[in-house]
Amino acid sequence: MAPALTGAFFVRGWTMDWSYIAAHVPDFLGGAWVTLSYGLIGVACSAVLGLLCSLVRVFRVPVLRALVRAYVELSRNTPLLVQLFFLYAGLPRVGVKLSAGACAVVGLTFLGGGYMAEAFRSGLEAVDRSQREAGECIGLTPLQTVRYVVLPQAFATAAPALFANMIFLIKETSMLSVVAIMDLMNVADTLRTGGGRTIEVLSMLVVAYVVILLPVSLLATFAERRMRFAGFGRQHTV
Amino acid sequence: MQDSGVSILFKGINFQRLLGGLWVTLRIALITIGLSLALGLVFGLIMLSRRKVLRGISRAWLEIVRFMPQLVLLYMVYFGFARLFGWDLDGETSAVLVFTFWGTAEMGDLVRGAVSSIPPHQRESAEAIGLTPMQVCRHVLIPQTVRRLLPQAINLSTRIIKTTALVKMINVTEVLKVGQQIISQFYRLREAPFWVYLTIFILYFIICWPISALAGWLEKRWA
Repeated sequence: MAPALTGAFFVRGWTMDWSYIAAHVPDFLGGAWVTLSYGLIGVACSAVLGLLCSLVRVFRVPVLRALVRAYVELSRNTPLLVQLFFLYAGLPRVGVKLSAGACAVVGLTFLGGGYMAEAFRSGLEAVDRSQREAGECIGLTPLQTVRYVVLPQAFATAAPALFANMIFLIKETSMLSVVAIMDLMNVADTLRTGGGRTIEVLSMLVVAYVVILLPVSLLATFAERRMRFAGFGRQHTV
Repeated sequence: MQDSGVSILFKGINFQRLLGGLWVTLRIALITIGLSLALGLVFGLIMLSRRKVLRGISRAWLEIVRFMPQLVLLYMVYFGFARLFGWDLDGETSAVLVFTFWGTAEMGDLVRGAVSSIPPHQRESAEAIGLTPMQVCRHVLIPQTVRRLLPQAINLSTRIIKTTALVKMINVTEVLKVGQQIISQFYRLREAPFWVYLTIFILYFIICWPISALAGWLEKRWA
């Protein structure tokens, strides 16, 4: 168990095999595409579910409100890996059969919906009451008030948390191999266990995640800055 | 009456076996939480350091561990280190190493956030009424920092507990693996997987939910 350092820092005679890397670029491109698509589909579905849940909580819809609360607590307090095992290996035995892709999307949405709901809720709650009252005073219908007054401000406040959730969810797709999705992690694992060169495979894996996550995170920073306009109607703290 | 499969939980010591599997992940989580909270306090002070180099290095560390999926980091240490450096780490050691590496950075960022969220006038007023620097820390700065830090640190602990479920992927025999063993042993019970995985789901919830509820309660109380 104790790490035994074998003479030199690197294992002797070890070199990077560039031709191996070149040969397997297409595999990783395929995996990256799968990771990114499931990530983005998961983010989109979570955002919709989360927004609906947060509206139910903020506008205190009876009955539904309690259900949403229970759901948010369940999704935020259990690991995705366990959720996926339940969906993929547990549910089919009681008659609920989902394809691998459906399990992946449902799992990501179940997890992400809870996180998104909390982000939207904090955004909605930060919009001062006076904003809604003012909207109604100038003759907007309740729906218009929500659409044109409350939501834009809530989005702006919630933006940093929403983008953080987005990156979190894309990273969480690395667990989708347990429902037999050929994402980046699964591509790497298949190559590695099939006698591939471990270090080359892991290096490509890291590079692939950087290629996917870096633009997303830069875009998020940029969008956050653009959305920082809503400060009206809020109590200013010193 | 036909056996629905729920009975698998009460056959022999199956339930205790599941709890034993859960303890494997919890043990990793507890060691990681202890190390991360302690090292994170130091890391946070480094992040607040006046030296630009120290701040830059700690910032880079934080960004790197936040950027990569935990599973990739885990693979790098568990499979990569053996190949690259000849270190043959077992799954649990790799997990503690990786999660502490991550948890320390996250905790450090919480410390940095909590300390820098205290407005400067707090220190200035305390000095103006004649408190010594030690007294300023003891009676003004530390109590306020702790109030901001503690709920977030508790939340981080639940994140660490949930993340340790990943050790399944590096061949540690934890609760999901034990569940699979039980299922294959009682393969005749058709609905057994449903009940086993539901139980594991509920067990995680029973552990994490009270902790996040405590964090939420403290946050509201101290806000």
